[in-house]
Amino acid sequence: MSVTRLNKTVPAILAFLFSCAPELVLADYRLNMTQGATTISKQVYDLHMLTFWMVSSIGLIVFGLMIWSIIHHRKSRGVKAAQFHHSSRWEAVWTIIPILILLTFAAPATKTLIMMDDTEDTDMTIKVTGYQWKWHYDYLDEGLSFFSTLAPEHNKARQTGSNIDVTKIENYLLEVDNPLVVPVNKKIRILITANDVIHAWWVPDLGWKRDAIPGFVNVNWTELTEPGIYRGQCAELCGKDHGFMPIVVKAVTETEYKQWIEQTKATQEAAVAGADREWALAELIERGQAVYSTNCAGCHQTNGQGLPPTFPALTGSPVATGPIENHIEVVVNGRTGTPMQAFGKQLNTVDIAAVVTFERNALGNSVGDMVQPAQIPAAR
Amino acid sequence: MSDIQKSYYLPEPSHWPITGSIGLFTIFIGAATWLNGAAAGPFVLFGGFSILVFMLFGWFGTVIRESESGKYNDQVDDSFRMAMIWFIFSEVMFFACFFGALFYARMLSVPWLSGEGAGVITNLILWPDFTADWPKNVMPDSDDFHVYKEVIPAWGVPAINTMILLTSGVTITLAHWAIKENKRKALSGWLLATAVLGFIFVGMQASEYHHAYHELNLTLESGIYGTTFYMLTGFHGLHVTLGAIMLTVIWARTLKGHFTEDRHFAFEAVAWYWHFVDVVWLLLFVTVYWV
Amino acid sequence: MSEAVMHDIHHDHHPEGLRRWLFTTNHKDIGTLYLCFSLFMFFVGGAMAMVIRAELMAPGLQYVEPQFFNSMTTMHALIMVFGVVMPGTVGFANWLLPMMIGAPDMALPRMNNWSFWILPFAFTLLLLTLFLPSGGPAGGWTMYPPLMLQTETAFPFVIFAVHFMGVSSIMGAINIIATILNMRAPGMKLMKMPLFVWTWLITAFLLVASIPVLAGAVTMLLTDKFFGTSFFDAAGGGDPVLFQHVFWFFGHPEVYILILPAFGIISQVIPTFARKPLFGYASMVYATCSIAFLSFLVWAHHMFTVGMPLAAELFFMYATMSIAVPTGVKIFNWLATMWRGEMTFETPMLFAVAFVMLFTVGGFSGLMLGIAPVDFQYHDTYFVVAHFHYVLVTGAVFAMMSGVYYWLPKWTGHMYDETLGKLHFWLSVVSVNVLFFPQHFLGLAGMPRRIPDYSTQFAEWNAISSMGGFVFGASQLILLWVIIKCVRGGEKATNQVWEGASGLEWTLSSPPPYHSFVTPPTIEDVTSHS
Ligand code: HEA
Ligand code: HEA
Ligand code: HEC
Ligand code: CUA
Ligand SMILES: [Cu+2]
Repeated sequence: MSVTRLNKTVPAILAFLFSCAPELVLADYRLNMTQGATTISKQVYDLHMLTFWMVSSIGLIVFGLMIWSIIHHRKSRGVKAAQFHHSSRWEAVWTIIPILILLTFAAPATKTLIMMDDTEDTDMTIKVTGYQWKWHYDYLDEGLSFFSTLAPEHNKARQTGSNIDVTKIENYLLEVDNPLVVPVNKKIRILITANDVIHAWWVPDLGWKRDAIPGFVNVNWTELTEPGIYRGQCAELCGKDHGFMPIVVKAVTETEYKQWIEQTKATQEAAVAGADREWALAELIERGQAVYSTNCAGCHQTNGQGLPPTFPALTGSPVATGPIENHIEVVVNGRTGTPMQAFGKQLNTVDIAAVVTFERNALGNSVGDMVQPAQIPAAR
Repeated sequence: MSDIQKSYYLPEPSHWPITGSIGLFTIFIGAATWLNGAAAGPFVLFGGFSILVFMLFGWFGTVIRESESGKYNDQVDDSFRMAMIWFIFSEVMFFACFFGALFYARMLSVPWLSGEGAGVITNLILWPDFTADWPKNVMPDSDDFHVYKEVIPAWGVPAINTMILLTSGVTITLAHWAIKENKRKALSGWLLATAVLGFIFVGMQASEYHHAYHELNLTLESGIYGTTFYMLTGFHGLHVTLGAIMLTVIWARTLKGHFTEDRHFAFEAVAWYWHFVDVVWLLLFVTVYWV
Repeated sequence: MSEAVMHDIHHDHHPEGLRRWLFTTNHKDIGTLYLCFSLFMFFVGGAMAMVIRAELMAPGLQYVEPQFFNSMTTMHALIMVFGVVMPGTVGFANWLLPMMIGAPDMALPRMNNWSFWILPFAFTLLLLTLFLPSGGPAGGWTMYPPLMLQTETAFPFVIFAVHFMGVSSIMGAINIIATILNMRAPGMKLMKMPLFVWTWLITAFLLVASIPVLAGAVTMLLTDKFFGTSFFDAAGGGDPVLFQHVFWFFGHPEVYILILPAFGIISQVIPTFARKPLFGYASMVYATCSIAFLSFLVWAHHMFTVGMPLAAELFFMYATMSIAVPTGVKIFNWLATMWRGEMTFETPMLFAVAFVMLFTVGGFSGLMLGIAPVDFQYHDTYFVVAHFHYVLVTGAVFAMMSGVYYWLPKWTGHMYDETLGKLHFWLSVVSVNVLFFPQHFLGLAGMPRRIPDYSTQFAEWNAISSMGGFVFGASQLILLWVIIKCVRGGEKATNQVWEGASGLEWTLSSPPPYHSFVTPPTIEDVTSHS
């Protein structure tokens, strides 16, 4: 292809592509930021659109002039180069006008920021703690707390080479087992912290994200007006499963919220019930299986093979097949400096007994022994 | 500077740089494998250091030979000066980084953790029992850290060390005056005095560390106070050691008759470096020990 | 004047073969080494980007494990930033500074050699980690603790590699400062220096001021991991956020280290092809200085979401926005240079014009990111990824490509293949927009960065972006071919090469003599401005 032909064809292709643009836009592709569901998110959206239109117009002018110049001021048109190279007036113009434009951004931005910073006079408080790789929610006024992890079906589908067609899964990767339930029309104070590494709690519809810093607590607030389900994700790289710790917020009416609190409390009590009774092996293994797949399979894998060398296999592991005291100790206290957390703080005694028993008698292990929930407190 | 330049000096191709790279590479491999627990690590590290020292002798030897044989002109001298100035500036920024960490910890993170300012909730929820008291109590959760009895007071050894360094600043200036008047004896004398003062400083510092580690239980693992204390004074001590070694080399060179009244860049470079180390110490003395 | 150079190279005996390259003290050979290294690393880092784009082509995890994906992201960025753009622009500096200021070579040629010959070793150290059993670093190029501290055997290697690269950069920067301040030919006043020289002078200051801070930051990581210090551990009174402050105090000046030399290149290219002097030379210099100054005051715009006090958020927001002003001055000056010029569009000019437009697009998204309350939404999404690839790829990298086409005839003595050059340009400029423009939409729609798998709502744009990525990657093979072809032969280049070129480097033969200016040239109005 000769140079001139190239210079003609390529712009033609470009023009064609741009003329296709409406087609692309008409398809159901999301292009823009959500307006969200709170006053904050709407203000943020407006600011976003303000800056967007402003820079687009500046762009239009600058690129327009440039393209005009490219078309008209070329040698092949026989123009002779002017020799000016300085103009204080113009240079002042394009210093001052941008400053003025920036001021029009700064003012509303400052206002919004100040509003977001006001965490006084809230109706209730929820503490959010990031873990590798799940969220823990603590309703400080209710004494209710629980973990929230990626829903099991999604977790299965997202394994490398799972061959599951993820497009068939609704809200793929944005579904959890236990959503955060909140009442509408309440100013909720949200305290954010982390247990291991930095995470970030982000639900786009609320209009902000905030980092969860281990050892420090960040304070934010939100107030949802419409009941509904709002989805988000962890937004700070937190290790291998950073992409798999979604957030689901379910906003409900005040009465539904009250009901939900009662119900959840009852379920939780039922779960720890039986901590002092004698459990049968099969019973523990069955329960342990469930605990294992939500809490442990992420690292040690569903089949117990782990991902060596970082995440050890439990199948045939000296710990999972050796003295049971060591096994309990690892699970309860974790190993400091490794991703293996102290699950004693996260799981109830029944769950710990169950998962330890499960690991020793499944996943290819068959030690045959078991531990009763009643024995766990001693290990803590 | 850029005025009338009639001739340039350009060095020959040299194998010293790549030798240096190999040396550093070996050092890093040795250190990294050592930190990862490999038994061979320290040996590799030592090998690397040997290569590096060999390179330094070779490279500086070449430079000294070239300089003494009069190959360098004023322009080369100026280039060397600029290089030294900007090298020292980069060192300033390196220290600034650690001073920044100290100020951040003292003025922001520790107060926040104990509930001041923006940290009310942090303290309430995560560290309810913690009240900060710099330098005595800076660890919200002291279980994993070495709790120390007390810290090194400013008006003991540190104050003496300050005097030592200030004195050494005087002696090096005396040496500088001597070189400019070509008083060779005085020059080597004052230089030696400066180097000796430097080594005394390092010795005192070492015994102070020993005291802190073994009697006060103040260690690198004593939370942010121990951390900033040792990192700042430690890097400073390292620089004093290097400076003192450099002074010794310069002293040895004066004995060999190197340098003239108006051409003694290496001497000045080391003197600048020494003053830099001096100033850092003053800042350290005030911010780490005193206030 | 045969006594001019005080050693025996005027019989031009220098080692041949491998030793020529290993031991060289010649700014041109070292420049070549830097440029070749940069090109090579571009393919290495690009190959990693291809892994990223392949995995992101469709939802679901097809090819890699998440941990490996993260380590690809991390390595890709470290290589592109420290192994491609930085060495690349230093390569330009080495080749051009002495020629532009009328000097025979760099001020400290032996140290110059060392600055380069550290890099292959440093990157060996870094790339080695990919072969360790526990894999390479996967905490992102920003290396935030505590996550970074979970890195296993790769950890000390990465830290030392960063230290090592830092040594190289600082020595390189010192050398450049000394060269520019000390080696100028008589009459080459500061305000007569070509803009490329100016931008490098400022960049070198940024380097000596910021690289030691990075060294400090990674040293703190090292001691926190191995020696029990608690810089970043709240339980001991430290704060993980401290690292971010230190890192970005380096990191933001760093992004201007990447872009200022690019600005310099563009400021040389546009006047040449507009056949018209650079508009607003003095304001260009002042704008560069103010960008450099401001760059030390805006670092926390990368940390708007960590929960800083309100006053800090406001300060960093205002400071960030203000950088748009001097940068705008540059854009408008380039436009004014083109205005009523006599333009032709050879490949260097095509890349330069694309640079001006696409960098501006990246600058605009940067400005939007600078609005703190809105950054709460943008932060850590693909909107940020789109922003920085526009300023880095269509900014820094396009400028380097422009520079390569512009000076290749000078360096090799041969004209490059213009048809291939244009093909490379058009393929690149189209595909790079297909690659990165949709990432704005992805980010706004809510796709976080650094994830190996995503919700199905993001599938379409990701597929398009990946396609663009593969075409862009493949197009770079043309660049490689053009360079190889040009080195091996081609139409003989004249001294001036380009009709509109002015500046000292164009008074030398193509390729230039071994020592650029053995006697200082006289400076009348040989520079492109007056
Ligand atoms: C070459 C590199 C480069 C350059 C030049 C820039 C330039 C700018 N950057 Fe960018 N940035 C990066 C590289 C770069 N950046 C990288 C690598 C990251 C991500 C790091 C990571 O997290 O991994 C990042 C991230 C980043 C963030 C953090 C986002 C986040 O993580 O949440 C922010 C926020 O403020 C920001 C802002 C800006 C601004 C305001 C500019 C300004 O300098 C832009 C100025 C230019 C213009 C504005 C256009 C031209 C001007 C005009 C035509 C005048 C008129 C215009 C107006 C008045 C609007 N950048
Ligand atoms: C100068 C810096 C630079 C450059 C040039 C590039 C170039 C490219 N980058 Fe990257 N990038 C960064 C700096 C840079 N990047 C940084 C700082 C990050 C942040 C990292 C972090 O989060 O920590 C990042 C992150 C990043 C991400 C986000 C990853 C994530 O968040 O998970 C993506 C995803 O698309 C990406 C893609 C690309 C692509 C496709 C290119 C392309 O332009 C590359 C094109 C080049 C080639 C492809 C090589 C040449 C060709 C071949 C090898 C031949 C073979 C190829 C084929 C046949 C197809 N980069
Ligand atoms: C975040 C990742 C992660 C999760 C989740 C996790 N582990 Fe682990 N686990 C690890 C790592 C890493 C180690 C290795 C620690 C070391 O290096 O000493 C480990 C080690 C162990 C060991 C010791 C194995 C051996 O051979 O040393 C046992 C037993 C164990 N985990 C059980 C569990 C149980 C039970 C659960 C769930 C309740 C669980 N793990 C969840 C990461 C995890
Ligand atoms: Cu948690 Cu990312
Ligand atoms: Cu920045």
